[in-house]
Amino acid sequence: MTEWIEACGAGDVDEEDVIRFDHEGRVYAIYRSPEDRYFATDGLCTHEQISLADGLVMDDIIECPKHNGRFNYKTGEAKGAPVCVNLRTYPVRVEGGMVFIEV
Amino acid sequence: MSQHYVIVGAGEAGARAAVALREQGFAGDVTLVGGETHLPYERPPLSKEGMLAELFAAKTIATAERLAEAGIAFRGGFAVTRIDRESKRLEGVDGRAIGYDKLLLATGAAPRRLPGVEGARVVYLRTIEDALLLREALVTGRHLAVIGGGFIGLELAASARLRGADVTLIEALPRLLSRGVPEAMARQIEARHVAGGVTLVFGDGIAAIASGPDSAVVTLASGRRIEADLVLVGIGAVPNVALAEAAGLAVENGIAVDRHLATGDADIFAAGDCCSFPLQIYGGRRVRLESWRNAQDQGNLAALNMLGAGEAVSSVPWFWSDQYELTLQIAGLSDEGIRTVRRDLGDGASILFHLANDGRLVAASGLGVGNAVARDIRLAEMLIGKSARPDVAALGDAGVKLKELLAAA
Repeated sequence: MTEWIEACGAGDVDEEDVIRFDHEGRVYAIYRSPEDRYFATDGLCTHEQISLADGLVMDDIIECPKHNGRFNYKTGEAKGAPVCVNLRTYPVRVEGGMVFIEV
Repeated sequence: MSQHYVIVGAGEAGARAAVALREQGFAGDVTLVGGETHLPYERPPLSKEGMLAELFAAKTIATAERLAEAGIAFRGGFAVTRIDRESKRLEGVDGRAIGYDKLLLATGAAPRRLPGVEGARVVYLRTIEDALLLREALVTGRHLAVIGGGFIGLELAASARLRGADVTLIEALPRLLSRGVPEAMARQIEARHVAGGVTLVFGDGIAAIASGPDSAVVTLASGRRIEADLVLVGIGAVPNVALAEAAGLAVENGIAVDRHLATGDADIFAAGDCCSFPLQIYGGRRVRLESWRNAQDQGNLAALNMLGAGEAVSSVPWFWSDQYELTLQIAGLSDEGIRTVRRDLGDGASILFHLANDGRLVAASGLGVGNAVARDIRLAEMLIGKSARPDVAALGDAGVKLKELLAAA
């Protein structure tokens, strides 16, 4: 069963940036794209469990801060070595200035 | 007839090149030759997480299934003894041989040895076996002597302390990390090791090391004696060039390659720790890099160029080290700079930007807890790659986003 949970305020994330969101022992990453849309993925890199929220967002890509593993945060797709396992993504909606994700 | 591309060395550069050949659609035969019997594995964890994890598990770069799926023949435990360039053949022991059409040398580097020092209690770190031996020896109540205040020595000193062992680290120079790390950051790292309980000895050389079956005695130039259960020597690495040299290829602090990673033989390339190459961003200065990222980048690039892409090395050197809760990241080579600008990121994290006399950003060194400096170092790397001349006041002001400086560059 899934549920919608409130992750953060829409203004808490800068454009073309990411923040970390912890919920029930799980780490998520909430993104705001350069075109001002919101996305959510698992918050830890599939290579070595590093928090992606310390990484750099450029266009559609989040880059892991440790070893530069790259993912498309809109689709979760791993973009090549050292990462080969895709990131899980979550549906997002913005309501009343808050960002909700479906987990 | 099908082409056969052979890669000698199954470390980061070699394994990456093998996979990249397939990613680029190469349909011929690919053979990856490893001197070790293990499948390709990541070396960085050996001095870090690998020392600290409850159970040691090597992190493979490519599993047997993945290699098989990609149609990469892995020949582990194959020691190449000679390259016969005339008949394009690699010779191994027992008369074994492998023919090639194109060859990549990714032979890596080996720990620099202390001359005249041998013995069961004197160890180096490069392989899984070395790491397992260290893990077993480094437990509460044991004493580790580390020779050399470089990255391997310091990472192992931190890991040994976290495992409960006592550590004495001996550095011949007056400070740690004198090659490549700014003094202010080396002093911060030094203070962390002192707080962690490491005994540091500076400015003293090694007169002798006597190794018995269970312990060793290090005698310093000053006459001081240090007894230890184990002595780790971490005094740098030397490139594995013997094969290339014997085959008549040029060697210049590593197998000398051009900006396409090609040797003087059109069918032989080299990549990773074993080669020296001209770095375009610094006017073609010839360097050899010992780093994980460089091995990856060059493995990829060598594969492309074996397929005729003719692409030049364009990446900026990048390096990291983990010690205790601290991470150091460096982009570029700081000795290219003549002055520094400091940016404070809060919580003790900071970045030093290194500028050349013409104002070009040539390197950035960052130190902080966890990944506090990662994002800014990555952006600095891109600025360095663009030979940007950012405003000095903006660099020093943490309120100015480096992303904005990059957009303006």
